[in-house]
Amino acid sequence: MSSLISLQNIKRHYEVGDEIVRALDGVDLTINHNEYISIMGPSGSGKSTLMNMIGCLDTPSSGKYEFEGELVHDMDDNQLASIRNRKIGFVFQTFNLLPKATALHNVEVPLIYSNIPKNQRIDKASKSLTEVGLHDRMYHRPNELSGGQRQRVAIARALVNDPSIILADEPTGNLDSKSGAEIMNILDSLYSRGNTIILVTHEEYIANHAHRIINIFDGKIKDDKIVKKK
Amino acid sequence: MFGLSRTKNGIMESFRMTIDAIRQNKLRSILTLLGISIGVFSVIGVMTAIRTLESSVESGLNVFGTNTFVIQKWPGIRVGNHGDEKYRNRKNIDYPQYEEFKRRARMPIMVSVSEGTSARNVKYRDKTVKRSIELIGGDEGTIRTYNTYIADGRNVTTDDVHSVRNVCLLGMDVVDRLFPFEDPIGKTIQIRGLDYNVIGITERKGEAFGGSQDNYIAIPITNFLQHFKNRWTTLSISVEAPSAEEYDKTMDEAIGLLRAIRKVPPGKENDFEIESNAEMIERFSGFTSGIKLFALSISVIALLVAGIGIMNIMLVSVTDRIKEIGIRKAIGATRTDILTQFLTEAIFLSEFGGIVGVILGIAGGNIVAVIFKVPAVIPFDWALYGLIVCSIIGIGFGIYPAWRASNLDPIESLRYE
Repeated sequence: MSSLISLQNIKRHYEVGDEIVRALDGVDLTINHNEYISIMGPSGSGKSTLMNMIGCLDTPSSGKYEFEGELVHDMDDNQLASIRNRKIGFVFQTFNLLPKATALHNVEVPLIYSNIPKNQRIDKASKSLTEVGLHDRMYHRPNELSGGQRQRVAIARALVNDPSIILADEPTGNLDSKSGAEIMNILDSLYSRGNTIILVTHEEYIANHAHRIINIFDGKIKDDKIVKKK
Repeated sequence: MFGLSRTKNGIMESFRMTIDAIRQNKLRSILTLLGISIGVFSVIGVMTAIRTLESSVESGLNVFGTNTFVIQKWPGIRVGNHGDEKYRNRKNIDYPQYEEFKRRARMPIMVSVSEGTSARNVKYRDKTVKRSIELIGGDEGTIRTYNTYIADGRNVTTDDVHSVRNVCLLGMDVVDRLFPFEDPIGKTIQIRGLDYNVIGITERKGEAFGGSQDNYIAIPITNFLQHFKNRWTTLSISVEAPSAEEYDKTMDEAIGLLRAIRKVPPGKENDFEIESNAEMIERFSGFTSGIKLFALSISVIALLVAGIGIMNIMLVSVTDRIKEIGIRKAIGATRTDILTQFLTEAIFLSEFGGIVGVILGIAGGNIVAVIFKVPAVIPFDWALYGLIVCSIIGIGFGIYPAWRASNLDPIESLRYE
């Protein structure tokens, strides 16, 4: 079976004044379907850059990135937008919901950009919200929801387009431990239903939900180990 | 990739966001709209007013029949005092000139004369009309050139003119005041102390240009010249051509004849004016086109300022929503989607302002119609141009902010607080 994601010798350099920052300095990584991966590393290690790279928000300075056979490193902005829309579900630390839109509309937005008719959008969005247990909060705005509920809206939004991977960047970082545990339960159950999940975190106990832990340091993968059998 | 339904979805979403954005920034949006509204208002208002005036001038001018023109010393419409000297030095048109003209003219089916002044304190027994009444000297054709008819009694005849009789026709306003309960025919009224026998009354014409057209007394021209002449008295000669085809020929004959009568040397310009409906309308439109141009230039400036306002507000709006743009881009919005969103907002803002301006402008223009008591006109074409211009402004001044929004980097935008 071919891999889902394949990064080969990915480099990402920034010029800051005269200095060149090597945020990623030759990363090789292969991720298969239905993996549950944690990416760990101290701040400044390049893990955010790696996440942006995997999430197709950023493109490499050099190297080869293949996502389900599509060559991401060659893509232009519109193609990147399209692949983010179709294949990646983002869950952010700060939720990143549209503050003025209802939960339902927030979940609907990716479907708008993938050109799905209104009635199907409502259908899919409400199904997705029901999956994360928010069927009774569909018409609430983010400010009327608790942190845990907001993050569940974000997960519903990430799921709504049936993405190939769910990319969660410190998903529990802004939550109390109880809400955090709930969110991790949802991610665990998504994994057990066949989804591929990539978790970026610096918390050991969060990372331990994953089956494979990747440590980043100075823009390079320091170690990559399977910690649990499927 | 950007199929029709995608565009439609995008525009619907853009529209939704626009409404949200305007709702959240009511004051800011209203101020922006105001600029556009004022610009559009000034065009539409002036255009409506001018249309209204034009239509009223045209209907007002139809006092002359279509094939009629008038010869007089002064031009019918003068704008300012420009060129007054030229007209003042002309000889007056006097009665002998008119008689000779009438005798020698072959083409016209009718030639008539009129001159007017005003009279106060017209009396019948114990009743007096204090306000001034237009006193017209004329002959048998004059009421025809005024486009009215005898309602009762008889018209002025050539006999009345030759015999310089003290007879008069009354307009309905005068009848209303002097003879509220009596039949005026055969009664005697006093104009400046002179007795005049009422021989007829004319049909009611109503108002035009905010004034009554029935407030007059007509007497034979000869009588008028005998009693009411002064050094400024100059006659207007109305000439009616037999048909539209012979109108030009009739006018040529009249000009030639009058030049001969007034002894204008060959090569010099006419020392009289020929006024026709067409010329009056033309002259009026020359006057209105000046106003139009002025209104248009004011509007262009106003709209330009409004456009800059829109650009400013859109730039603020983009900065306000950097985070939102980042979120939308992360979950799949393309540059085109973001561009569409902000352009829609700019166009909506200016269109909305434009519609408000059109409504106010039409309302304002129609107030002029009410004041001048003429039927209102709605300049649909200008309303349409106004809205098209608003779209152009929305696009023109919205494109840069929208372009900036669409080019924001998603990673940095997401990090923006």
